[in-house]
Amino acid sequence: MRLGPLVFERRSAPPWSWTLVVSLVAVAIALAMAGVIFWSHGVSPLRAYGVIFSGTLFNARALPEIVRNAIPLLLAGVGLVLAFRALFWNIGAEGQILLGATAATWVALFSPIPDRVKLPAMFIAGFIGGAVWGVIPALLKLRFAVNEVISTLMMNYIALYLVSGLVHGPWKGPEMRGFAFTNAFPDTARIPMIADTRIHWPTLLLGLALAAGVAYLLARTRAGFEIRVQGENPEAARYAGIDPLRTTLLVMVIAGGAAGLAGVGEVGGIHHRLLDPTQISLGFGYAAIIVAWLARGSPLAAIGTALFLGLIFASGDVMRVALQMPARVTDVFNGLILFCLIGSERALYWRVRWAPGRAGPVPTRAEAVASETPGGDQ
Amino acid sequence: MEEWILNTIVRGIALGTPLLWAALGEVYAERSGVVNLGVEGMMVLGAFAAFALAQATGLPYLGLLLAAGAGALAALLHAFVVITLRANQYVSGLALTMFGLGLSALLGRRWEGLPLLSTLPEISLLTYGGLALAAMLWGVLYHTRWGIIIRSAGEAPAAVDTMGLNVFLVRYLAVVFGGALAGVGGGLLSVAYRPSWTEGMTVGLGWIAIAIAIFASWDPLRAVAGAFLFGALFHLSFRLQTWIAPEPLQMMPFAVTILVLALVTRRGGAAQGMPEALGVPYVRGES
Repeated sequence: MRLGPLVFERRSAPPWSWTLVVSLVAVAIALAMAGVIFWSHGVSPLRAYGVIFSGTLFNARALPEIVRNAIPLLLAGVGLVLAFRALFWNIGAEGQILLGATAATWVALFSPIPDRVKLPAMFIAGFIGGAVWGVIPALLKLRFAVNEVISTLMMNYIALYLVSGLVHGPWKGPEMRGFAFTNAFPDTARIPMIADTRIHWPTLLLGLALAAGVAYLLARTRAGFEIRVQGENPEAARYAGIDPLRTTLLVMVIAGGAAGLAGVGEVGGIHHRLLDPTQISLGFGYAAIIVAWLARGSPLAAIGTALFLGLIFASGDVMRVALQMPARVTDVFNGLILFCLIGSERALYWRVRWAPGRAGPVPTRAEAVASETPGGDQ
Repeated sequence: MEEWILNTIVRGIALGTPLLWAALGEVYAERSGVVNLGVEGMMVLGAFAAFALAQATGLPYLGLLLAAGAGALAALLHAFVVITLRANQYVSGLALTMFGLGLSALLGRRWEGLPLLSTLPEISLLTYGGLALAAMLWGVLYHTRWGIIIRSAGEAPAAVDTMGLNVFLVRYLAVVFGGALAGVGGGLLSVAYRPSWTEGMTVGLGWIAIAIAIFASWDPLRAVAGAFLFGALFHLSFRLQTWIAPEPLQMMPFAVTILVLALVTRRGGAAQGMPEALGVPYVRGES
């Protein structure tokens, strides 16, 4: 196909540079569409984006907030990269985050675990909490054929009411008179921060290590190979004797556990107490789906995409404060970005070539026949 | 006691009505081969649209009409992305849910907490309308040429194509129709069931509607039973709060959904009656 000096051709595997270009264009289109929505809301899009950029990227004090938001997104996002590689549609990171937060709170406030090892114990408990919440839908899918999209979503709501019930009921802190919080964590259960920021660095390191670890798992190990075969060709996986239950369980232990760690970071690093579930996770579990999708199956790329989504969340804070918009405004961005990303997917498999040399749009006879054969362009 | 039971049934039907409209919409979309996980988003947009117009004009039925339009428009976006651009249907539906929740919260800010002077009763014409619609959709699906075409689009799209019919158009129409019904379902929440507008007021009902479509085996008549049962279950989860802490009760409908799905689907491996080509984009020349 020819458009002026540009030639469009099919190709099978896009190079990363073209993937980056297409992704950036998709995000730009989404931001333009969000601009139209702001405009209809009575806020000039130019002013909105001006406020956002001066409040985030061009504000040295706000930059750490991007990283702070990227931490849970990275942990949950890397887990989802792995789950999606195995074709397990885990939409339950939100609930897995909440379970991690709950387990960590139990260790911090109610367990007899000695102070010295409290923090590591919180991370371990959080991982287990998230993993349990992730394994249940995996078992439901493979043993009872329950669609995992529905079951993971239902588990999110169950987790939400579980946390809500705990902070309104048995775990409600006597020191917090009237508020639905637990008591504040003791100092030994608080994750250390980089000074003057809200970056709880141990959780960040865990996220980076997890990204590297999952990349290694996928690329270099037998289990990773089985996961990839399972995701790319379930039929072949069956013939090769790969046990779908085992691969799916492994994937969901890691993905659920990673999301659980994100929950530990939120309560141990930011809030220092268990509180209303919508305040613990600001939709990180759902946004992590975009992190994973943008990363196109690469755990290491998730580091970059988590930072990008961290920017969106930091922007949401700016819009809430400076433009008096509801917190859900980040969902407008997230929804539009996700639409544009998946909508642009097919553009990845086209190559645009600058070929002004050949005059005129008239193809040779052979080319014309080739391009008109049905299926010939697949 | 009798009064208590009667009350539960009445309230169950009241909340079952929006669930029924949304579930019927999803049944048609999925029968044509397209999963739309954006029901929650379409419902919340419908709820906002209905409330805003009913508030401005005092005409709740007019509000519901706009809700249908809003739901249809949102579904059109999903249809374009998954049918024309052939993107992943699960992810697109999730995007639609996020977008709907975000957009309705943003645009609906000024309407939060406003009173609605003219409302519909909980059990309104739309309740009977929903029942009639279910019967009609069942008749169309199983006893008309149109029904055969819709079901074939979901079972064997290539066959529909061979018949010289446009698979893409059939799917577009089914998805948009489903969106309109989901919009009405959301609108019923904000002008009839609980006449008010708050952001995110659908609180997961959209997902329940999708689950109802599945365990009704994509049959409009069975969806009636599912919708009213879940309506009653939700009502009980409010009602029993006098004796039991609210949160375990609020979990109940979601836990029951998983349980019911596990029981319904364990037999055939996949859910019984699932359209063969559900979730698979149709590409001409590939079969």
